[in-house]
Amino acid sequence: MNTSTVGSRTYPQVSSLPMSDALISARALTKKFGDFVAVDGIDFEVRQGEAFGFLGPNGAGKTSTMRMIGAVSPITEGDLTVLGLDPMTQGPQLRSRLGVVPQENNLDEELTVFDNLMMYGRYFDLSRAAIRERIAELLAFVQLEDKRDAKISALSGGMKRRVIIARGLINEPDMFILDEPTTGLDPQARHVLWDRLYRLKQQGVTLIITTHYMDEAEQLCDRLVVMDKGKIVAEGSPLSLIAQHTPRDVVELRFPVGVLETVGDHVAGLSDRTEILADRALVYTDDADKTIAVISESTLEPETVLARRSTLEDVFLRLTGRTLVD
Amino acid sequence: MATPLPLRVFEAEARTYRRTWRGSVFTSFLSPVLYLLAMGVGLGSLVDANLPAGLENVPYLTFLAPGLLVATAMQTGAGEGSWKVMGGIKWTQTWKARLASPIGTTSLVIGHMLWSAARVLMVSAIFAFMMAAFRVAPLLQSLAAVGPALLVGVAMVAITTAFTVRLEDPTGLAMFFRFVVIPMFLFSGVFFPITNLPGWLQPVAVVTPLYHAVELARATVVGTTPAVAWWVSVLYLSALILAGTVLAMAPIRRKLTP
Ligand SMILES: Nc1ncnc2c1ncn2[C@@H]1O[C@H](COP(=O)(O)OP(=O)(O)OP(=O)(O)O)[C@@H](O)[C@H]1O
Ligand SMILES: [Mg+2]
Repeated sequence: MNTSTVGSRTYPQVSSLPMSDALISARALTKKFGDFVAVDGIDFEVRQGEAFGFLGPNGAGKTSTMRMIGAVSPITEGDLTVLGLDPMTQGPQLRSRLGVVPQENNLDEELTVFDNLMMYGRYFDLSRAAIRERIAELLAFVQLEDKRDAKISALSGGMKRRVIIARGLINEPDMFILDEPTTGLDPQARHVLWDRLYRLKQQGVTLIITTHYMDEAEQLCDRLVVMDKGKIVAEGSPLSLIAQHTPRDVVELRFPVGVLETVGDHVAGLSDRTEILADRALVYTDDADKTIAVISESTLEPETVLARRSTLEDVFLRLTGRTLVD
Repeated sequence: MATPLPLRVFEAEARTYRRTWRGSVFTSFLSPVLYLLAMGVGLGSLVDANLPAGLENVPYLTFLAPGLLVATAMQTGAGEGSWKVMGGIKWTQTWKARLASPIGTTSLVIGHMLWSAARVLMVSAIFAFMMAAFRVAPLLQSLAAVGPALLVGVAMVAITTAFTVRLEDPTGLAMFFRFVVIPMFLFSGVFFPITNLPGWLQPVAVVTPLYHAVELARATVVGTTPAVAWWVSVLYLSALILAGTVLAMAPIRRKLTP
Protein backbone atom coordinates (compact mmCIF):
# COMPACT_ATOMS: atom_id res chain seq x y z
CA MET A 1 0.00 0.00 0.00
CA ASN A 2 1.57 3.28 -1.03
CA THR A 3 1.41 6.29 1.23
CA SER A 4 -0.50 8.79 -0.83
CA THR A 5 -1.06 12.11 0.83
CA VAL A 6 -3.95 14.40 0.17
CA GLY A 7 -2.87 17.78 -1.11
CA SER A 8 0.30 19.60 -0.28
CA ARG A 9 -0.88 21.74 2.59
CA THR A 10 0.70 21.42 5.99
CA TYR A 11 -1.36 21.61 9.10
CA PRO A 12 -0.12 23.29 12.28
CA GLN A 13 0.89 21.05 15.16
CA VAL A 14 -1.69 20.34 17.83
CA SER A 15 0.49 21.06 20.83
CA SER A 16 1.63 24.49 19.67
CA LEU A 17 -1.86 25.92 19.99
CA PRO A 18 -3.33 27.26 23.20
CA MET A 19 -6.77 26.14 24.36
CA SER A 20 -8.43 29.36 23.19
CA ASP A 21 -7.70 28.43 19.60
CA ALA A 22 -10.42 25.80 19.70
CA LEU A 23 -11.76 25.06 16.22
CA ILE A 24 -15.17 24.38 17.67
CA SER A 25 -16.48 25.78 20.87
CA ALA A 26 -20.00 25.01 22.04
CA ARG A 27 -21.68 26.46 25.12
CA ALA A 28 -25.07 25.21 26.28
CA LEU A 29 -25.73 24.14 22.69
CA THR A 30 -29.35 23.10 22.31
CA LYS A 31 -31.46 21.74 19.47
CA LYS A 32 -35.20 21.36 19.72
CA PHE A 33 -37.63 19.94 17.18
CA GLY A 34 -40.88 21.47 18.34
CA ASP A 35 -41.07 20.54 22.02
CA PHE A 36 -38.66 17.64 21.66
CA VAL A 37 -35.15 18.35 22.92
CA ALA A 38 -32.69 16.48 20.69
CA VAL A 39 -29.54 18.19 22.01
CA ASP A 40 -29.80 19.35 25.58
CA GLY A 41 -27.38 22.14 26.43
CA ILE A 42 -24.05 20.51 25.69
CA ASP A 43 -20.57 22.07 26.13
CA PHE A 44 -17.45 20.94 24.31
CA GLU A 45 -14.34 22.19 22.57
CA VAL A 46 -12.45 20.68 19.67
CA ARG A 47 -8.83 21.63 19.12
CA GLN A 48 -6.77 21.90 15.98
CA GLY A 49 -5.54 18.58 14.63
CA GLU A 50 -7.34 16.28 17.03
CA ALA A 51 -9.75 13.49 16.24
CA PHE A 52 -12.80 14.17 18.34
CA GLY A 53 -15.58 11.65 18.73
CA PHE A 54 -19.25 11.65 19.63
CA LEU A 55 -20.17 8.21 20.90
CA GLY A 56 -23.76 7.35 21.66
CA PRO A 57 -26.70 5.06 20.90
CA ASN A 58 -29.48 5.70 18.35
CA GLY A 59 -31.26 8.98 18.96
CA ALA A 60 -28.56 10.37 21.28
CA GLY A 61 -28.40 13.59 19.28
CA LYS A 62 -25.14 13.00 17.41
CA THR A 63 -26.41 13.84 13.94
CA SER A 64 -28.32 16.85 15.23
CA THR A 65 -25.08 18.15 16.73
CA MET A 66 -23.11 17.47 13.54
CA ARG A 67 -25.69 19.31 11.46
CA MET A 68 -25.49 22.39 13.65
CA ILE A 69 -21.70 22.34 13.37
CA GLY A 70 -22.02 21.91 9.61
CA ALA A 71 -24.27 24.99 9.35
CA VAL A 72 -27.19 23.07 7.85
CA SER A 73 -29.43 23.17 10.90
CA PRO A 74 -30.27 26.28 12.91
CA ILE A 75 -29.21 26.40 16.57
CA THR A 76 -32.16 26.60 18.95
CA GLU A 77 -30.26 27.93 21.98
CA GLY A 78 -26.71 28.40 23.20
CA ASP A 79 -23.50 29.47 21.48
CA LEU A 80 -21.54 27.73 18.79
CA THR A 81 -18.42 28.92 17.01
CA VAL A 82 -16.83 26.81 14.28
CA LEU A 83 -13.49 27.83 12.74
CA GLY A 84 -14.06 31.21 14.32
CA LEU A 85 -17.32 31.65 12.41
CA ASP A 86 -20.96 31.79 13.42
CA PRO A 87 -22.82 28.96 11.65
CA MET A 88 -26.09 30.89 11.82
CA THR A 89 -24.90 34.01 9.99
CA GLN A 90 -21.79 32.87 8.11
CA GLY A 91 -23.06 29.53 6.79
CA PRO A 92 -21.77 29.66 3.20
CA GLN A 93 -18.35 30.90 4.32
CA LEU A 94 -18.12 28.20 6.97
CA ARG A 95 -19.36 25.39 4.74
CA SER A 96 -16.78 26.27 2.12
CA ARG A 97 -14.10 25.30 4.67
CA LEU A 98 -15.70 22.10 5.95
CA GLY A 99 -15.73 18.57 4.60
CA VAL A 100 -18.78 16.49 5.43
CA VAL A 101 -19.53 12.77 5.27
CA PRO A 102 -23.25 12.51 6.02
CA GLN A 103 -24.81 9.55 7.77
CA GLU A 104 -26.77 8.54 4.65
CA ASN A 105 -25.24 7.96 1.22
CA ASN A 106 -26.42 10.81 -0.97
CA LEU A 107 -24.32 10.47 -4.08
CA ASP A 108 -25.98 10.87 -7.46
CA GLU A 109 -26.43 7.20 -8.38
CA GLU A 110 -26.98 7.94 -12.07
CA LEU A 111 -23.62 9.63 -12.48
CA THR A 112 -20.09 8.28 -12.45
CA VAL A 113 -17.64 8.64 -9.59
CA PHE A 114 -15.79 11.29 -11.56
CA ASP A 115 -18.93 13.30 -12.33
CA ASN A 116 -20.06 13.21 -8.72
CA LEU A 117 -16.73 14.56 -7.55
CA MET A 118 -16.44 17.12 -10.34
CA MET A 119 -19.95 18.37 -9.63
CA TYR A 120 -19.22 18.69 -5.95
CA GLY A 121 -15.96 20.50 -6.52
CA ARG A 122 -17.77 23.01 -8.72
CA TYR A 123 -20.10 23.86 -5.83
CA PHE A 124 -16.97 25.22 -4.17
CA ASP A 125 -16.12 27.19 -7.31
CA LEU A 126 -12.83 25.38 -7.84
CA SER A 127 -11.51 25.39 -11.39
CA ARG A 128 -12.17 22.30 -13.48
CA ALA A 129 -8.46 21.70 -13.95
CA ALA A 130 -7.82 21.93 -10.20
CA ILE A 131 -10.68 19.54 -9.48
CA ARG A 132 -9.48 17.07 -12.07
CA GLU A 133 -6.08 16.99 -10.41
CA ARG A 134 -7.63 16.70 -7.00
CA ILE A 135 -9.89 13.84 -8.10
CA ALA A 136 -6.86 11.85 -9.27
CA GLU A 137 -5.20 12.42 -5.89
CA LEU A 138 -8.30 11.55 -3.89
CA LEU A 139 -9.17 8.43 -5.86
CA ALA A 140 -5.64 7.21 -5.22
CA PHE A 141 -6.10 8.03 -1.55
CA VAL A 142 -9.35 6.07 -1.20
CA GLN A 143 -8.00 3.34 -3.51
CA LEU A 144 -10.69 3.65 -6.16
CA GLU A 145 -8.63 4.73 -9.16
CA ASP A 146 -10.09 1.93 -11.29
CA LYS A 147 -13.65 3.04 -10.49
CA ARG A 148 -13.26 6.59 -11.79
CA ASP A 149 -15.72 6.10 -14.64
CA ALA A 150 -18.03 3.61 -12.93
CA LYS A 151 -21.57 4.62 -12.12
CA ILE A 152 -22.25 4.99 -8.40
CA SER A 153 -25.09 2.48 -8.66
CA ALA A 154 -22.52 -0.17 -9.62
CA LEU A 155 -20.42 0.28 -6.46
CA SER A 156 -20.52 -1.67 -3.20
CA GLY A 157 -21.52 0.01 0.07
CA GLY A 158 -17.92 0.31 1.20
CA MET A 159 -16.87 1.84 -2.13
CA LYS A 160 -19.69 4.39 -1.98
CA ARG A 161 -18.55 5.37 1.49
CA ARG A 162 -15.03 5.89 0.16
CA VAL A 163 -16.35 8.03 -2.70
CA ILE A 164 -18.21 10.14 -0.14
CA ILE A 165 -14.99 10.54 1.81
CA ALA A 166 -13.24 11.66 -1.36
CA ARG A 167 -16.11 14.05 -2.04
CA GLY A 168 -15.84 15.51 1.45
CA LEU A 169 -12.14 16.20 0.92
CA ILE A 170 -12.48 17.82 -2.51
CA ASN A 171 -12.18 21.36 -1.11
CA GLU A 172 -9.19 20.58 1.17
CA PRO A 173 -11.29 21.27 4.25
CA ASP A 174 -9.94 22.70 7.49
CA MET A 175 -12.12 20.26 9.36
CA PHE A 176 -13.60 16.92 8.35
CA ILE A 177 -16.95 15.91 9.84
CA LEU A 178 -17.93 12.25 9.56
CA ASP A 179 -21.32 11.02 10.71
CA GLU A 180 -21.12 7.26 11.28
CA PRO A 181 -18.59 6.69 8.50
CA THR A 182 -18.62 2.89 8.73
CA THR A 183 -22.12 1.94 9.85
CA GLY A 184 -23.48 -0.90 7.75
CA LEU A 185 -20.11 -1.98 6.37
CA ASP A 186 -18.49 -5.38 6.77
CA PRO A 187 -15.42 -5.60 9.03
CA GLN A 188 -12.96 -5.56 6.16
CA ALA A 189 -14.46 -2.47 4.56
CA ARG A 190 -14.45 -0.78 7.96
CA HIS A 191 -10.76 -1.45 8.42
CA VAL A 192 -9.97 0.02 5.01
CA LEU A 193 -11.87 3.16 5.98
CA TRP A 194 -10.24 3.38 9.40
CA ASP A 195 -6.86 3.13 7.77
CA ARG A 196 -7.68 6.03 5.43
CA LEU A 197 -9.02 8.16 8.26
CA TYR A 198 -5.98 7.40 10.35
CA ARG A 199 -3.80 8.68 7.53
CA LEU A 200 -5.77 11.90 7.37
CA LYS A 201 -5.30 12.33 11.08
CA GLN A 202 -1.57 11.78 10.62
CA GLN A 203 -1.58 14.61 8.11
CA GLY A 204 -3.05 16.90 10.72
CA VAL A 205 -6.64 17.08 9.48
CA THR A 206 -9.03 17.77 12.35
CA LEU A 207 -11.60 14.98 12.44
CA ILE A 208 -15.03 15.03 14.05
CA ILE A 209 -16.49 11.52 14.10
CA THR A 210 -19.77 10.18 15.39
CA THR A 211 -20.20 6.51 15.95
CA HIS A 212 -22.01 3.95 17.99
CA TYR A 213 -19.15 1.51 17.67
CA MET A 214 -16.83 1.66 20.63
CA ASP A 215 -14.02 -0.01 18.71
CA GLU A 216 -14.24 2.73 16.10
CA ALA A 217 -14.05 5.39 18.79
CA GLU A 218 -11.10 3.63 20.45
CA GLN A 219 -9.26 3.28 17.15
CA LEU A 220 -9.71 6.77 15.82
CA CYS A 221 -10.46 9.27 18.57
CA ASP A 222 -7.96 11.19 20.67
CA ARG A 223 -10.78 12.49 22.77
CA LEU A 224 -14.47 11.85 22.82
CA VAL A 225 -17.70 12.66 24.52
CA VAL A 226 -20.29 10.04 25.34
CA MET A 227 -23.79 11.27 24.51
CA ASP A 228 -27.08 9.91 25.70
CA LYS A 229 -30.54 11.43 25.31
CA GLY A 230 -29.15 14.75 24.13
CA LYS A 231 -26.69 15.14 26.99
CA ILE A 232 -22.96 14.58 27.36
CA VAL A 233 -22.51 12.00 30.10
CA ALA A 234 -18.71 11.70 30.02
CA GLU A 235 -15.70 13.20 28.31
CA GLY A 236 -12.04 12.25 27.89
CA SER A 237 -9.62 10.08 25.95
CA PRO A 238 -10.77 6.48 25.40
CA LEU A 239 -8.20 5.21 27.92
CA SER A 240 -8.95 7.78 30.58
CA LEU A 241 -12.69 7.15 30.24
CA ILE A 242 -12.14 3.45 30.78
CA ALA A 243 -9.77 4.03 33.69
CA GLN A 244 -12.13 6.51 35.28
CA HIS A 245 -15.43 4.71 34.96
CA THR A 246 -14.83 0.99 35.09
CA PRO A 247 -12.49 -1.62 36.65
CA ARG A 248 -9.76 -2.93 34.41
CA ASP A 249 -11.19 -6.35 33.56
CA VAL A 250 -14.53 -7.95 32.83
CA VAL A 251 -15.53 -11.56 33.16
CA GLU A 252 -18.44 -12.44 30.89
CA LEU A 253 -20.60 -15.38 31.87
CA ARG A 254 -23.10 -17.14 29.65
CA PHE A 255 -25.66 -19.53 31.04
CA PRO A 256 -28.02 -22.05 29.48
CA VAL A 257 -31.41 -20.63 28.49
CA GLY A 258 -33.54 -19.84 31.53
CA VAL A 259 -30.70 -20.14 34.06
CA LEU A 260 -29.51 -16.52 33.78
CA GLU A 261 -32.67 -15.24 35.46
CA THR A 262 -32.17 -17.49 38.48
CA VAL A 263 -28.51 -16.73 39.23
CA GLY A 264 -28.80 -12.93 39.43
CA ASP A 265 -28.22 -12.65 43.19
CA HIS A 266 -25.35 -15.08 43.20
CA VAL A 267 -23.58 -13.25 40.35
CA ALA A 268 -24.17 -9.90 42.02
CA GLY A 269 -22.29 -11.21 45.07
CA LEU A 270 -19.14 -11.83 43.04
CA SER A 271 -18.07 -8.19 42.78
CA ASP A 272 -18.96 -4.59 43.65
CA ARG A 273 -20.17 -4.12 40.15
CA THR A 274 -22.02 -6.60 38.00
CA GLU A 275 -24.48 -6.30 35.15
CA ILE A 276 -27.10 -8.80 34.08
CA LEU A 277 -27.79 -8.31 30.37
CA ALA A 278 -30.33 -10.05 28.18
CA ASP A 279 -27.92 -12.77 27.09
CA ARG A 280 -25.06 -12.73 29.59
CA ALA A 281 -23.79 -11.54 32.96
CA LEU A 282 -20.82 -9.18 33.35
CA VAL A 283 -18.60 -9.20 36.41
CA TYR A 284 -16.26 -6.20 36.68
CA THR A 285 -13.02 -6.82 38.51
CA ASP A 286 -9.44 -5.62 38.86
CA ASP A 287 -8.18 -9.18 38.72
CA ALA A 288 -9.91 -11.46 36.24
CA ASP A 289 -7.92 -14.58 37.20
CA LYS A 290 -8.95 -14.30 40.82
CA THR A 291 -12.60 -13.78 39.87
CA ILE A 292 -12.55 -16.80 37.56
CA ALA A 293 -11.05 -18.90 40.36
CA VAL A 294 -13.83 -17.79 42.68
CA ILE A 295 -16.46 -18.66 40.08
CA SER A 296 -15.07 -22.13 39.42
CA GLU A 297 -15.16 -22.90 43.16
CA SER A 298 -18.74 -21.69 43.46
CA THR A 299 -21.95 -23.54 42.62
CA LEU A 300 -22.41 -21.45 39.46
CA GLU A 301 -22.28 -23.46 36.25
CA PRO A 302 -21.87 -21.02 33.36
CA GLU A 303 -21.72 -22.41 29.82
CA THR A 304 -18.82 -20.14 28.90
CA VAL A 305 -16.51 -17.86 30.86
CA LEU A 306 -14.66 -15.13 29.01
CA ALA A 307 -12.21 -12.65 30.54
CA ARG A 308 -11.44 -9.42 28.67
CA ARG A 309 -10.31 -5.83 29.17
CA SER A 310 -12.94 -3.19 29.82
CA THR A 311 -13.93 -1.12 26.79
CA LEU A 312 -15.92 2.01 26.09
CA GLU A 313 -18.94 -0.25 25.80
CA ASP A 314 -18.57 -0.96 29.51
CA VAL A 315 -18.16 2.74 30.24
CA PHE A 316 -21.38 3.40 28.43
CA LEU A 317 -23.18 0.61 30.24
CA ARG A 318 -21.90 2.01 33.52
CA LEU A 319 -23.04 5.54 32.75
CA THR A 320 -26.44 4.83 31.25
CA GLY A 321 -27.36 1.31 32.31
CA ARG A 322 -27.83 0.40 28.65
CA THR A 323 -25.75 -1.12 25.86
CA LEU A 324 -24.61 0.99 22.92
CA VAL A 325 -25.78 -1.16 20.04
CA ASP A 326 -29.16 -2.68 20.71
CA MET B 1 -14.60 36.61 -9.37
CA ALA B 2 -16.63 34.03 -7.52
CA THR B 3 -19.41 32.33 -9.48
CA PRO B 4 -22.82 33.23 -7.99
CA LEU B 5 -24.17 30.28 -6.00
CA PRO B 6 -27.37 29.74 -8.09
CA LEU B 7 -25.22 29.41 -11.22
CA ARG B 8 -23.23 26.63 -9.53
CA VAL B 9 -26.51 24.78 -9.06
CA PHE B 10 -27.39 25.48 -12.69
CA GLU B 11 -24.09 23.98 -13.80
CA ALA B 12 -24.65 20.86 -11.70
CA GLU B 13 -28.08 20.34 -13.25
CA ALA B 14 -26.64 20.85 -16.73
CA ARG B 15 -23.93 18.29 -15.97
CA THR B 16 -26.53 15.77 -14.82
CA TYR B 17 -28.65 16.48 -17.88
CA ARG B 18 -25.70 15.96 -20.20
CA ARG B 19 -25.51 12.37 -18.95
CA THR B 20 -29.21 11.63 -19.23
CA TRP B 21 -30.48 13.78 -22.10
CA ARG B 22 -30.98 11.18 -24.81
CA GLY B 23 -34.50 10.08 -23.93
CA SER B 24 -35.78 13.57 -23.34
CA VAL B 25 -34.42 15.06 -26.56
CA PHE B 26 -36.12 12.37 -28.58
CA THR B 27 -39.41 13.25 -26.88
CA SER B 28 -38.83 16.96 -27.45
CA PHE B 29 -38.60 16.45 -31.20
CA LEU B 30 -41.12 13.70 -31.56
CA SER B 31 -44.02 14.93 -29.49
CA PRO B 32 -44.57 18.18 -31.45
CA VAL B 33 -44.51 16.20 -34.69
CA LEU B 34 -47.01 13.66 -33.40
CA TYR B 35 -49.32 16.28 -31.96
CA LEU B 36 -49.19 18.48 -35.04
CA LEU B 37 -49.83 15.50 -37.28
CA ALA B 38 -52.63 13.90 -35.28
CA MET B 39 -54.45 16.96 -34.05
CA GLY B 40 -53.60 19.51 -36.66
CA VAL B 41 -53.63 17.48 -39.83
CA GLY B 42 -55.99 14.66 -38.89
CA LEU B 43 -58.54 16.46 -36.73
CA GLY B 44 -57.86 19.68 -38.65
CA SER B 45 -59.22 18.36 -41.92
CA LEU B 46 -62.53 17.55 -40.17
CA VAL B 47 -62.73 20.93 -38.46
CA ASP B 48 -61.82 22.82 -41.61
CA ALA B 49 -64.48 20.90 -43.61
CA ASN B 50 -67.12 22.02 -41.11
CA LEU B 51 -65.87 25.58 -40.64
CA PRO B 52 -65.08 26.94 -44.12
CA ALA B 53 -64.06 30.27 -42.58
CA GLY B 54 -61.73 28.47 -40.19
CA LEU B 55 -61.25 29.20 -36.49
CA GLU B 56 -60.13 32.83 -36.15
CA ASN B 57 -60.04 32.84 -39.96
CA VAL B 58 -57.08 30.45 -40.19
CA PRO B 59 -56.81 26.71 -40.84
CA TYR B 60 -57.21 24.62 -37.68
CA LEU B 61 -53.55 23.59 -37.71
CA THR B 62 -52.49 27.22 -37.55
CA PHE B 63 -55.00 27.92 -34.79
CA LEU B 64 -53.81 24.91 -32.80
CA ALA B 65 -50.03 25.06 -33.17
CA PRO B 66 -49.24 28.09 -30.93
CA GLY B 67 -51.52 26.63 -28.24
CA LEU B 68 -49.74 23.29 -28.40
CA LEU B 69 -46.41 25.06 -28.16
CA VAL B 70 -47.23 26.78 -24.88
CA ALA B 71 -49.04 23.69 -23.57
CA THR B 72 -45.90 21.64 -24.14
CA ALA B 73 -43.91 24.26 -22.25
CA MET B 74 -46.46 24.10 -19.44
CA GLN B 75 -46.13 20.31 -19.20
CA THR B 76 -42.36 20.48 -19.28
CA GLY B 77 -42.52 22.97 -16.40
CA ALA B 78 -44.81 20.68 -14.42
CA GLY B 79 -42.36 17.82 -14.94
CA GLU B 80 -39.35 19.83 -13.80
CA GLY B 81 -41.18 21.04 -10.72
CA SER B 82 -42.47 17.63 -9.65
CA TRP B 83 -40.51 14.38 -10.14
CA LYS B 84 -37.25 16.22 -10.24
CA VAL B 85 -37.92 18.04 -6.97
CA MET B 86 -39.28 14.95 -5.24
CA GLY B 87 -36.12 13.12 -6.31
CA GLY B 88 -33.74 15.80 -5.10
CA ILE B 89 -35.39 15.97 -1.69
CA LYS B 90 -36.49 12.42 -1.02
CA TRP B 91 -35.15 9.77 -3.36
CA THR B 92 -31.58 10.61 -4.31
CA GLN B 93 -31.28 13.38 -1.71
CA THR B 94 -28.93 15.24 -4.03
CA TRP B 95 -30.42 18.53 -2.82
CA LYS B 96 -29.47 17.68 0.73
CA ALA B 97 -25.96 16.79 -0.40
CA ARG B 98 -25.62 20.15 -2.09
CA LEU B 99 -26.48 22.02 1.07
CA ALA B 100 -23.35 20.75 2.81
CA SER B 101 -21.42 22.91 0.32
CA PRO B 102 -21.53 26.73 0.31
CA ILE B 103 -24.87 26.54 -1.48
CA GLY B 104 -27.83 27.49 0.70
CA THR B 105 -31.55 26.90 0.28
CA THR B 106 -32.23 30.20 -1.51
CA SER B 107 -29.49 29.60 -4.08
CA LEU B 108 -30.69 26.04 -4.41
CA VAL B 109 -34.21 27.13 -5.35
CA ILE B 110 -33.10 29.94 -7.65
CA GLY B 111 -30.64 27.61 -9.40
CA HIS B 112 -33.40 25.05 -9.83
CA MET B 113 -35.68 27.73 -11.35
CA LEU B 114 -32.95 28.88 -13.73
CA TRP B 115 -32.17 25.39 -14.92
CA SER B 116 -35.85 24.52 -15.33
CA ALA B 117 -36.28 27.72 -17.37
CA ALA B 118 -33.46 26.55 -19.61
CA ARG B 119 -35.23 23.21 -20.06
CA VAL B 120 -38.51 24.93 -20.96
CA LEU B 121 -36.62 27.13 -23.39
CA MET B 122 -35.02 24.12 -25.09
CA VAL B 123 -38.30 22.27 -25.49
CA SER B 124 -40.18 25.35 -26.71
CA ALA B 125 -37.50 26.34 -29.19
CA ILE B 126 -37.49 22.85 -30.68
CA PHE B 127 -41.28 23.02 -30.96
CA ALA B 128 -41.08 26.40 -32.68
CA PHE B 129 -38.60 25.08 -35.21
CA MET B 130 -40.83 22.09 -35.91
CA MET B 131 -43.76 24.48 -36.46
CA ALA B 132 -41.73 26.35 -39.02
CA ALA B 133 -40.48 23.12 -40.59
CA PHE B 134 -44.07 21.95 -41.06
CA ARG B 135 -44.92 25.35 -42.54
CA VAL B 136 -47.51 25.99 -39.86
CA ALA B 137 -46.16 29.50 -39.33
CA PRO B 138 -43.14 31.53 -40.41
CA LEU B 139 -40.03 30.92 -38.30
CA LEU B 140 -39.92 34.39 -36.75
CA GLN B 141 -43.51 34.28 -35.51
CA SER B 142 -43.00 30.77 -34.22
CA LEU B 143 -39.90 31.84 -32.32
CA ALA B 144 -41.72 34.88 -30.92
CA ALA B 145 -44.26 32.49 -29.37
CA VAL B 146 -41.40 30.98 -27.34
CA GLY B 147 -41.71 34.09 -25.10
CA PRO B 148 -45.15 33.21 -23.69
CA ALA B 149 -44.10 29.54 -23.65
CA LEU B 150 -41.18 30.40 -21.39
CA LEU B 151 -43.42 32.45 -19.11
CA VAL B 152 -46.03 29.75 -18.63
CA GLY B 153 -43.40 27.00 -18.39
CA VAL B 154 -41.51 28.74 -15.62
CA ALA B 155 -44.76 29.72 -13.88
CA MET B 156 -45.65 26.02 -13.88
CA VAL B 157 -42.20 25.08 -12.50
CA ALA B 158 -42.73 27.53 -9.64
CA ILE B 159 -46.29 26.44 -8.84
CA THR B 160 -45.49 22.73 -9.09
CA THR B 161 -42.34 23.10 -6.99
CA ALA B 162 -44.29 24.92 -4.29
CA PHE B 163 -46.80 22.06 -4.34
CA THR B 164 -44.28 19.21 -4.46
CA VAL B 165 -42.19 20.44 -1.53
CA ARG B 166 -45.32 20.19 0.63
CA LEU B 167 -45.85 16.51 -0.18
CA GLU B 168 -44.59 13.61 1.90
CA ASP B 169 -44.91 11.02 -0.88
CA PRO B 170 -45.48 11.00 -4.65
CA THR B 171 -49.16 9.98 -4.63
CA GLY B 172 -50.11 13.67 -4.49
CA LEU B 173 -48.16 14.22 -7.70
CA ALA B 174 -50.21 11.68 -9.66
CA MET B 175 -53.33 13.52 -8.45
CA PHE B 176 -51.82 16.84 -9.44
CA PHE B 177 -51.26 15.67 -12.99
CA ARG B 178 -54.66 14.00 -13.24
CA PHE B 179 -56.73 16.81 -11.82
CA VAL B 180 -54.72 19.95 -12.59
CA VAL B 181 -52.25 19.53 -15.43
CA ILE B 182 -54.32 17.43 -17.82
CA PRO B 183 -57.62 19.36 -17.40
CA MET B 184 -55.69 22.60 -17.85
CA PHE B 185 -54.13 21.18 -21.01
CA LEU B 186 -57.57 20.28 -22.38
CA PHE B 187 -59.71 23.24 -21.35
CA SER B 188 -57.56 26.40 -21.49
CA GLY B 189 -58.19 27.30 -25.09
CA VAL B 190 -55.51 25.19 -26.75
CA PHE B 191 -57.88 23.02 -28.77
CA PHE B 192 -60.93 25.31 -29.00
CA PRO B 193 -61.80 28.84 -27.82
CA ILE B 194 -62.88 28.91 -24.17
CA THR B 195 -66.08 30.66 -25.26
CA ASN B 196 -67.20 27.16 -26.31
CA LEU B 197 -66.96 25.98 -22.68
CA PRO B 198 -70.06 25.95 -20.43
CA GLY B 199 -70.53 29.41 -18.92
CA TRP B 200 -69.53 28.43 -15.38
CA LEU B 201 -66.25 26.89 -16.57
CA GLN B 202 -65.09 29.96 -18.46
CA PRO B 203 -63.93 31.95 -15.39
CA VAL B 204 -61.99 28.86 -14.23
CA ALA B 205 -60.23 28.69 -17.58
CA VAL B 206 -59.39 32.39 -17.40
CA VAL B 207 -57.43 32.00 -14.14
CA THR B 208 -55.26 29.15 -15.46
CA PRO B 209 -51.78 30.25 -16.45
CA LEU B 210 -52.05 28.28 -19.66
CA TYR B 211 -55.00 30.34 -20.92
CA HIS B 212 -52.95 33.53 -20.77
CA ALA B 213 -50.01 31.95 -22.56
CA VAL B 214 -52.32 30.57 -25.26
CA GLU B 215 -53.81 34.02 -25.86
CA LEU B 216 -50.35 35.61 -26.07
CA ALA B 217 -48.92 32.94 -28.36
CA ARG B 218 -51.93 32.91 -30.65
CA ALA B 219 -51.76 36.69 -30.92
CA THR B 220 -48.13 36.37 -31.99
CA VAL B 221 -48.61 33.59 -34.52
CA VAL B 222 -52.14 34.13 -35.86
CA GLY B 223 -52.53 37.85 -35.17
CA THR B 224 -55.66 37.49 -33.02
CA THR B 225 -56.48 40.13 -30.41
CA PRO B 226 -56.24 38.60 -26.91
CA ALA B 227 -59.40 38.80 -24.78
CA VAL B 228 -57.21 40.06 -21.92
CA ALA B 229 -54.72 42.89 -22.45
CA TRP B 230 -51.31 41.33 -23.21
CA TRP B 231 -49.59 43.14 -20.37
CA VAL B 232 -52.11 41.83 -17.85
CA SER B 233 -51.30 38.28 -18.95
CA VAL B 234 -47.57 38.93 -18.77
CA LEU B 235 -47.91 40.44 -15.30
CA TYR B 236 -50.13 37.59 -14.15
CA LEU B 237 -47.69 34.91 -15.30
CA SER B 238 -44.75 36.81 -13.80
CA ALA B 239 -46.62 37.11 -10.50
CA LEU B 240 -47.20 33.34 -10.50
CA ILE B 241 -43.47 32.74 -10.99
CA LEU B 242 -42.65 34.98 -8.06
CA ALA B 243 -45.38 33.59 -5.81
CA GLY B 244 -44.50 29.94 -6.50
CA THR B 245 -40.82 30.54 -5.86
CA VAL B 246 -41.47 32.35 -2.59
CA LEU B 247 -43.99 29.75 -1.44
CA ALA B 248 -41.52 26.94 -2.12
CA MET B 249 -38.91 28.39 0.25
CA ALA B 250 -40.31 27.70 3.73
CA PRO B 251 -41.09 23.98 3.25
CA ILE B 252 -37.71 23.45 1.61
CA ARG B 253 -35.98 25.01 4.61
CA ARG B 254 -38.10 22.94 6.96
CA LYS B 255 -37.34 19.71 5.12
CA LEU B 256 -33.71 20.11 4.17
CA THR B 257 -32.33 22.25 6.99
CA PRO B 258 -34.53 21.33 9.97
N1 LIG C 1 -36.04 16.71 11.67
C1 LIG C 1 -36.41 16.18 12.85
N2 LIG C 1 -37.64 16.38 13.33
C2 LIG C 1 -38.02 15.85 14.52
N3 LIG C 1 -37.22 15.11 15.29
C3 LIG C 1 -35.98 14.86 14.87
C4 LIG C 1 -35.50 15.39 13.63
N4 LIG C 1 -34.22 14.98 13.47
C5 LIG C 1 -33.93 14.24 14.56
N5 LIG C 1 -34.98 14.17 15.41
C6 LIG C 1 -35.00 13.46 16.69
O1 LIG C 1 -33.94 13.91 17.49
C7 LIG C 1 -33.35 12.83 18.22
C8 LIG C 1 -31.86 12.81 17.95
O2 LIG C 1 -31.68 12.44 16.61
P1 LIG C 1 -30.25 12.34 15.95
O3 LIG C 1 -30.45 12.02 14.52
O4 LIG C 1 -29.46 13.55 16.26
O5 LIG C 1 -29.65 11.08 16.73
P2 LIG C 1 -28.32 10.27 16.47
O6 LIG C 1 -27.54 10.27 17.73
O7 LIG C 1 -27.64 10.75 15.26
O8 LIG C 1 -28.90 8.80 16.24
P3 LIG C 1 -28.45 7.65 15.21
O9 LIG C 1 -27.35 6.90 15.87
O10 LIG C 1 -29.68 6.82 15.08
O11 LIG C 1 -28.07 8.30 13.94
C9 LIG C 1 -34.08 11.58 17.78
O12 LIG C 1 -35.00 11.24 18.77
C10 LIG C 1 -34.76 11.96 16.51
O13 LIG C 1 -35.98 11.29 16.35
MG1 LIG D 1 -27.23 9.96 13.46
